[in-house]
Amino acid sequence: MLQAIAFYVFAAAIVFSALMVIAARNPVHSVLFLILSFLNAAALFVLLGAEFLAWILVIVYVGAVAVLFLFVVMMLDIDFASLRSGFMRYLPVGAVVGLVIISELIIVFVGWRVAGSAPKPPAAPTISNTEALGRILYTDYIFYFQTAGLILLVAMIGSIVLSLRHKSGVKRQSIARQVSRVPSEAIALVEVKPGQGA
Amino acid sequence: MAIGLPHYLIVAALLFTIGVFGIFINRKNVIVILMSIELILLAVNINLVAFSVYLGNLTGQVFALFVLTVAAAEAAIGLAILVVYFRNRGSIAVDDINMMKG
Repeated sequence: MLQAIAFYVFAAAIVFSALMVIAARNPVHSVLFLILSFLNAAALFVLLGAEFLAWILVIVYVGAVAVLFLFVVMMLDIDFASLRSGFMRYLPVGAVVGLVIISELIIVFVGWRVAGSAPKPPAAPTISNTEALGRILYTDYIFYFQTAGLILLVAMIGSIVLSLRHKSGVKRQSIARQVSRVPSEAIALVEVKPGQGA
Repeated sequence: MAIGLPHYLIVAALLFTIGVFGIFINRKNVIVILMSIELILLAVNINLVAFSVYLGNLTGQVFALFVLTVAAAEAAIGLAILVVYFRNRGSIAVDDINMMKG
């Protein structure tokens, strides 16, 4: 009973905040509602018993991705009012497509049953979710895991290369030149004759 | 009333639909489109985790982890492209992205 109440609260919060993400006028509010929907999804994962993914969702999405979004939204000086001009024009098409998708998905999911031949879920896991995931992630799925690391490396290098900008006319420190300076070429003794010094 | 697999699937379906709907109605704002894609990937993750738990097979959760990785990489690259585009054009309207048309 308590689980059902928690599920409906979190599910309603997810759907509401997702709607606010796409409907909010201020994109900063959109990002904040995105964070709210991620937090509620993490709560749903906890209800399902997938605690590790719930924490990963909070750390990766709320801690990194959403902050990145917030950073970009606040950094770019964009006239957001003009970007909302075709909102009402696209609404009918979007509503039709959305209704078609949602009705198809709900018809499929409501009629979904586990086949009798499907393996029965284990009664109660004896080890924690994190431990179970770790046991298969680093053994059976080690190559996928390494590929995921490679994808993140490519993304990191790609976004650095894309956004790095060399400005001309900026004074920079050259450590090698500073270290290799010697007094003989840095100091010049000028003999000033009396009465002619400037 | 016990909460079963269909409940989670319907929440995921609603979230997925909201994401697609968001792409349609915010066709000019790239940032909201990227956020809608994140919502769609979140719906996919909820589906994967729900099936994984109700079938007693952890593969779905491992796959959800990889989906999360790809989503993070996609957001980083997408926002970097957005920043470069804004520097060049001073706007992020999708309609203006037509420089490569012959």
